[in-house]
Amino acid sequence: MCTVCGCGEGEVRLEGGVDGAANQAVHETHEHEHTHADGTVHRHAHGPAHALAYKPGAHTHSHRHADGSTHSHEHESAIGGDLDYGTGPAGAHAPGMSQSRMVQIEQDILSKNNGFALANRRCFDERGIFALNLVSSPGSGKTTLLVKTIERLKSKLTISVVEGDQQTSNDAERIRATGVAALQINTGKGCHLDGHMVGQAMERMNPAEESLFLIENVGNLVCPAAFDLGEHHKVAILSVTEGEDKPLKYPDMFRAADVMLLNKCDLLPYLEFDADLAEANALRVNPRLTIFRVSASSGEGLSAWLAWIEAGLAGQRGKRAETVEGLKRRVQELERRLAHQLDHQSENKPAGQ
Amino acid sequence: MHEMSLAESVLQLVEETAIREKAQRVKLVVLEIGRLSSVEPEAMRFCFEAVTRDSIAQGASLEIVVTPGLGWCMPCGAEVEMAESYGACPRCGSYQIQPTSGLEMRVREIEIE
Ligand SMILES: Nc1nc2c(ncn2[C@@H]2O[C@H](COP(=O)(O)OP(=O)(O)O)[C@@H](O)[C@H]2O)c(=O)[nH]1
Ligand SMILES: [Mg+2]
Ligand SMILES: [Zn+2]
Ligand SMILES: [Zn+2]
Ligand SMILES: [Zn+2]
Ligand SMILES: [Zn+2]
Ligand SMILES: [Zn+2]
Ligand SMILES: [Zn+2]
Repeated sequence: MCTVCGCGEGEVRLEGGVDGAANQAVHETHEHEHTHADGTVHRHAHGPAHALAYKPGAHTHSHRHADGSTHSHEHESAIGGDLDYGTGPAGAHAPGMSQSRMVQIEQDILSKNNGFALANRRCFDERGIFALNLVSSPGSGKTTLLVKTIERLKSKLTISVVEGDQQTSNDAERIRATGVAALQINTGKGCHLDGHMVGQAMERMNPAEESLFLIENVGNLVCPAAFDLGEHHKVAILSVTEGEDKPLKYPDMFRAADVMLLNKCDLLPYLEFDADLAEANALRVNPRLTIFRVSASSGEGLSAWLAWIEAGLAGQRGKRAETVEGLKRRVQELERRLAHQLDHQSENKPAGQ
Repeated sequence: MHEMSLAESVLQLVEETAIREKAQRVKLVVLEIGRLSSVEPEAMRFCFEAVTRDSIAQGASLEIVVTPGLGWCMPCGAEVEMAESYGACPRCGSYQIQPTSGLEMRVREIEIE
């Protein structure tokens, strides 16, 4: 099993690799740093074979360096800062008998994922990208909505899409048919995307500055709520062919989301679905939720949703412009001070001579 | 909540620490799970056993410390005990409660040798 993302061997696949290379892509970033006897430090990555052989305790492995030389070293963890306390049962111990001791960890269970997500979010912000994570049960209409959204926005914005599904690249193909870039991630048995996978996808796609980055998560209302991908907002989709009480049954998801799209509203006349009740239930678990009633099929109600996206992207651009302006001002200030100093130095010179 | 993915995340943290500490084996893992975190302790036990098989933590005992759920009730203007994440206020029945404690999911410590 992969010890960084928890995936089994060959289960997570990023589209576009050749044979096993696609599997390896996800695992290649399991980098670590080590110090050689002569004091040089270097970083390198491990492939899936290493992840499989990763048996803590007996852990020495070999590497081939860029110059072709091979060496082996012990594996060391990069994260430090833990506190040790306690020295096991009774200070003195019989020779050969191992001592047991407590080691404090005090970390959030999801801290690894949160670290990846934070890095993704930084990268989005630096580039002025607006990123959304679409979540719903299978079949609520995520892909249809994405296609319609892209068709209406692609003349104005640059868009990239990451598609998460357990199997097939059908959805990525549906997106590519609109003409925008899409990358499929197959999670195998995994039922959600995680920050590590999205970071890989981002590296692979290299999304344009000030563009829109859309992520379709695996159809599942449970764990995608807990796994931050670095997006700016989660968008939950509930379709009117599901129950009005879904927000009460899966409150974590509706609380984690900032927006809810009530989809398939074209079917309302034929169903006994109470849209007001569904909205009230959603607002009960999350009073801050922004709700749009839409039909991906007919296009009804989409303009408000599209306007919301454009406003979000404008916000990201604005923030970035501010940062860039701020940096420029700082550089100008430093240049001014430097020039001032140089002036003084040249003034002082004659006096000192 | 999806206990399997959480159990895998727990194992990552445990393995990382155990390796750094040059442990031969992990005997005990202590988790702190908030009452409002929607983690089912029994499901977590089951998944923990499954994911630690063939790892350095195989056979380790799992101790789950459940921390109480507390929330700030707007109508009452007071902190009240909450039994479930999206439950009503036990005093006034309102749903306008913000959880203040009990959402944590942490790996506290491990015992190694
Ligand atoms: N009537 C109706 N059907 C829709 C709508 N949106 C999606 N669908 C249908 O719902 C099914 C599942 O849609 P899809 O986009 O694949 O859902 P996903 O699994 O969430 O990506 C497809 O047959 C769509 O044509 C809608 O607004 N109205
Ligand atoms: Mg889909
Ligand atoms: Zn991995
Ligand atoms: Zn080396
Ligand atoms: Zn290693
Ligand atoms: Zn190594
Ligand atoms: Zn999952
Ligand atoms: Zn109350």
